[in-house]
Amino acid sequence: MLPGQQIFDFGWIAGHLDSIFLRIVQHLQLTVVPLLLGIVISLVLAVWVVRQPRAYAPVTAVTGLLYTIPSLAAFAVLRPIFGLTLLTAIIPLTTYTLLILVRNFSAGFSAVPAEILEAAEGMGYTRRQRLFRVELPLAVPLIIAGIRLASVTTIGLATIAAVLGDAFGGLGQLITEGIQNFFPTKYLLGAALSVLLAFAADFLFVRIEHLVTPWAHAKAGAR
Amino acid sequence: MADQHRQAAVVEFDHVTKRYDAPTGKDKGKPTPGAVNDLSLKVPAGKICILVGPSGCGKTTSLKMVNRLIEPTSGKILIDGVDASTRELTELRRSIGYVIQQVGLFPHQTIGENVATVPRLLGWPKARLRERSEELLGLVGLDPAKYRDRFPSQLSGGERQRVGVARALAADPPIMLMDEPFGAVDPIVRDRLQNEFLRLQETIAKTILFVTHDIDEAIKMGDLVAVFQTGGILAQFGRPLDILAAPASEFVARFVGQDRGLKRLSLLRVADVPLRPAVTGRPGDNSADARRRALDDPLRYLLLIDHGNKPIGWVGHGDIPAEGGLSESMANPSSPILNKRTTLKDALSMMLDADVQTGIVVDRTGAVQGLLSIDTIADKMREGEHAAAFDQVPPPDPEIGDPDLADDPAAEPAALEVEA
Repeated sequence: MLPGQQIFDFGWIAGHLDSIFLRIVQHLQLTVVPLLLGIVISLVLAVWVVRQPRAYAPVTAVTGLLYTIPSLAAFAVLRPIFGLTLLTAIIPLTTYTLLILVRNFSAGFSAVPAEILEAAEGMGYTRRQRLFRVELPLAVPLIIAGIRLASVTTIGLATIAAVLGDAFGGLGQLITEGIQNFFPTKYLLGAALSVLLAFAADFLFVRIEHLVTPWAHAKAGAR
Repeated sequence: MADQHRQAAVVEFDHVTKRYDAPTGKDKGKPTPGAVNDLSLKVPAGKICILVGPSGCGKTTSLKMVNRLIEPTSGKILIDGVDASTRELTELRRSIGYVIQQVGLFPHQTIGENVATVPRLLGWPKARLRERSEELLGLVGLDPAKYRDRFPSQLSGGERQRVGVARALAADPPIMLMDEPFGAVDPIVRDRLQNEFLRLQETIAKTILFVTHDIDEAIKMGDLVAVFQTGGILAQFGRPLDILAAPASEFVARFVGQDRGLKRLSLLRVADVPLRPAVTGRPGDNSADARRRALDDPLRYLLLIDHGNKPIGWVGHGDIPAEGGLSESMANPSSPILNKRTTLKDALSMMLDADVQTGIVVDRTGAVQGLLSIDTIADKMREGEHAAAFDQVPPPDPEIGDPDLADDPAAEPAALEVEA
């Protein structure tokens, strides 16, 4: 902090709303894209491990291993291949979501009671109809719980993408610049917005879960 | 129901066998649970056939081979003469109603959607789905307006089970498979659901295969009862009354219980036995004449009735004055009033409660039809006694425990065969 400087300079914020807004958009991009990719990959993996229980241990081992790779190391490895691009940032952020998502999704599928599967089979659902009309809808509460958790961690992790450059750096860029320039307003703002985004995402998914699973919230005994 | 075609199919098991890997370790040599051994039986269209037996006797396996949730090791199941294994799997299952003990309603769908499951799979238009699910909810006694949009979690166990039955009936299947459908509800609700279902079956007349381990339920619900014993052997197949009257083996005799005579009484109704005429008189009738008629009857009692022939009560011959007229104040209304639908068991119990030997049988309007004596009931009970030889078997030695079914000579070949 430079002498005579305010800790939080509202004037600066007012003058830079455009660039702050841009960083928020970039940050959303860094969060939403890996999350969507992670959801698609995890759904496929989860359906597979529920059908093939023997695959569960190896799949969670691999996703767990991917989770332990430090992001900076991942960027270092991917940079020579993809350069300082969005892709280099997105690949590790995507792999980090897999551990949480695969575990939650497969727990969601496994939690569908056996008698419901038997009833569906006995009434003549094909495997595919049963997956999409019975198992998937019933797994939704745990699927969304996984997405909630993954979105919050990804929003936090995405700040590290700032090391890859200014073009898509998101809120991490604000934080890095603030630290480098001894300008607290910037890094405090970056951190605060990141936390706010996480809260917003969490709230959003709670609402979505409530909307798409009315059956899970129907009051028992409402007569 | 709107469509009165009452379709039902003949279901026939033709030498059906299902083998599983024989038990190993300490259970080696025991019959394999769930196995079925050379089962042949035929259920005529529109009848309820109960598969009953101890756990692991293969009754559920047999049921699930009909909709091919389990495929037989050998033998065929014929539905209206067509081998089920030649039919397309989903098409076969959609043509068979399926009800299980845990119901298995889809929690994420409303009751209306649940009921319309199979018609939806069959691609019925939306308007018809809705119409059909409302019709069925009404049929099982649930007000569609009240229940249609609820979720299964908002219903009681008994209500859910009714929805399960409605769902199984949705596409008007010729066959229903019911696996302990009333096993998870309390006895009072179970009794009500059983009665409702029997009444429903009078309208729908489906061919029903119904699994239970409860012999009383089997006797009550079945047109036909197939008694299974461990090892998947069909111990006896026939009408409940015949099985109670003449158990085919010691196993069956023991399984149906020592109170076979009483159980028979719960199947027989007043209409099944001869009634004796009553000496009747009305208030105001000549006493002297009434007294003479009462004395001529072995009962020596006169039944006072009103002008609608409804019973008022008994008057003993000694209480009838020598002259004058009969009056209501003389009558003692102690006898139970029965009708043709009353079971002999209920009739007996009412007579014992009232401490009398005779019940008064009335018709729908309440008019006296005749009298049922406790001796008639006792005669009927004795009819089943020619099979009593099985009851002479000494009771099991408590030290050794109940003689295992595997010790039953009839069960032994199966156990060997499974092992081979």
